[in-house]
Amino acid sequence: MKSSGTDPLRQRNLPEEVPAHHGIAPHSCGECCTTLRDIGVRYHGVPVLEEINLHLHCGELTAVIGENGAGKTTLIRCLLGEIPHQGEVHFLDAAHRRPDSPVIGYVPQHLSFDRESPVRVVDLFAAALSSRPACLGVSSAVRAQALEGLSRTGAEHLARRLLGTLSGGELQRVLLGLALTPVPNLLVLDEPVSGVDHRGREKFYALLSQLRREYDLAVLLVSHDLATLSRFADRLVFLDRRVVCEGTPSQVLQDPRVRQAFSLESPL
Amino acid sequence: MSVSWLDPWHRLLGWLPFEWAGYEFMRLALLAVLLISPLLGALGTVVVANRMAFFSEAVGHAAFTGIALGVVFGLANPMWSMIGFALLLTLAITWVRRRGGLSSDTAIGLVMAFTVSLGIVILSAGGDFARYTKFLIGDMLGITAGDVAWLGVLALVVLALFFIFFNRLLLACVSPSLAGSRWRHPGAAELFFSAMLAVVVTLSLPWIGLLVINALLILPAAAARNLARGTTSFFVWAVLLSLVAGVIGLVVSFYASTATGATIVLAAMGIYLLTLLGRRGVFVS
Repeated sequence: MKSSGTDPLRQRNLPEEVPAHHGIAPHSCGECCTTLRDIGVRYHGVPVLEEINLHLHCGELTAVIGENGAGKTTLIRCLLGEIPHQGEVHFLDAAHRRPDSPVIGYVPQHLSFDRESPVRVVDLFAAALSSRPACLGVSSAVRAQALEGLSRTGAEHLARRLLGTLSGGELQRVLLGLALTPVPNLLVLDEPVSGVDHRGREKFYALLSQLRREYDLAVLLVSHDLATLSRFADRLVFLDRRVVCEGTPSQVLQDPRVRQAFSLESPL
Repeated sequence: MSVSWLDPWHRLLGWLPFEWAGYEFMRLALLAVLLISPLLGALGTVVVANRMAFFSEAVGHAAFTGIALGVVFGLANPMWSMIGFALLLTLAITWVRRRGGLSSDTAIGLVMAFTVSLGIVILSAGGDFARYTKFLIGDMLGITAGDVAWLGVLALVVLALFFIFFNRLLLACVSPSLAGSRWRHPGAAELFFSAMLAVVVTLSLPWIGLLVINALLILPAAAARNLARGTTSFFVWAVLLSLVAGVIGLVVSFYASTATGATIVLAAMGIYLLTLLGRRGVFVS
């Protein structure tokens, strides 16, 4: 794996303006943070999320678990600014500044596209990265950026493939590569491996875990794949409209409410 | 009676050794086809990719009510009431879709049935519905130099806006949330595209015909999809095939004395079938 120190895109996440006295190690700043404060969402007057307070630190993989309807995807939509909510989301970068438009890398759960659509992987990157319309060709600069992004997830050989011809695992690598271009302040994944087999899930989480360390990423992942996640996540948050419990995987897995929700018989 | 800015065009076509090129109405019609068909072909790529075919069909049919409203309000040219109503309809359908109460096709079907009926009822009230049948089948050969100039302006503005919004629309069609994480207000881009589509369909309608205009949006893009290997070639093929179908349809309609809009659609259908065969490997191994 190539050294992240040579990656020009990475530098935007770790600005040179960080004061020397901070003594921040370049690959684990431990300073930037996304804070969710008192997040609440109501649909037609019914609370869907209440009093969500979370800190997402860089270099840390936080997994939000919960049953269907627990508000996991709603939480992600709040972070993406898609739905109105109470409370505040603050992004703080390594220099303790609040970037006006933090870069959020997002890996969606479902793609709604028509599989017959002739959209190549590199077209998708062009549509996300460039203001030049993708129908008028992809510039060599964007192509290079796309290849670099794809190489982070070992998917550069897929650049010219049509989206509709990719397998579930390949598509997730492509979407993860896209979410890492440019390297985001926060990486958000919504059920990224639904529809991928067990071995594919293991590989995906292992890759994510490695990227998190390499790029010092703050990662928020939503899933109900508890067994696999508990081995890869740094922190688990059990959500049921509000944060029921949070902590290290071993702490959360001991919680009787989690054990009941996920029908866990004996300690893992 | 030539208009001065069209003189070079008339001279150019005067060199063509074809009978049809000798008629002024055919020269104007050809110019109109060269403006409308690439426009519809380009917009069609997004219509097909975003599954908006039924929406554009509904907008075309709503023109009935637009014309009827023009009659009710005593407008000399119903075009403004048609555009106004098409935009209103766009907002209504988008609103119903966003509210999520109805599936998209149910919402559109409902609105379309209502607007078509309302338009027919108002227009047939005086017993002279036949006056409006020209909107049903289109009258490409009746286009004037002034109309062509307006189409030219429309084509330029719409293509510019289309290019500005293209990436947002492409991303939104893959995943709306993904588009939201990359671009501000992708929903607004979609609404804007729908409105733009409504205006283009409405303004092309008197020449192409209400009954067939949607086919000119869908067929070139559907044919292009059979040949394309990426977003760029999809776009280029759609525009190219649309142009070819437009010119073939216009010329055939001249010799066969048929309605131009419908003849263009048949040409586009022929091209679509050829691309389908091409895709199945009949022509290439």
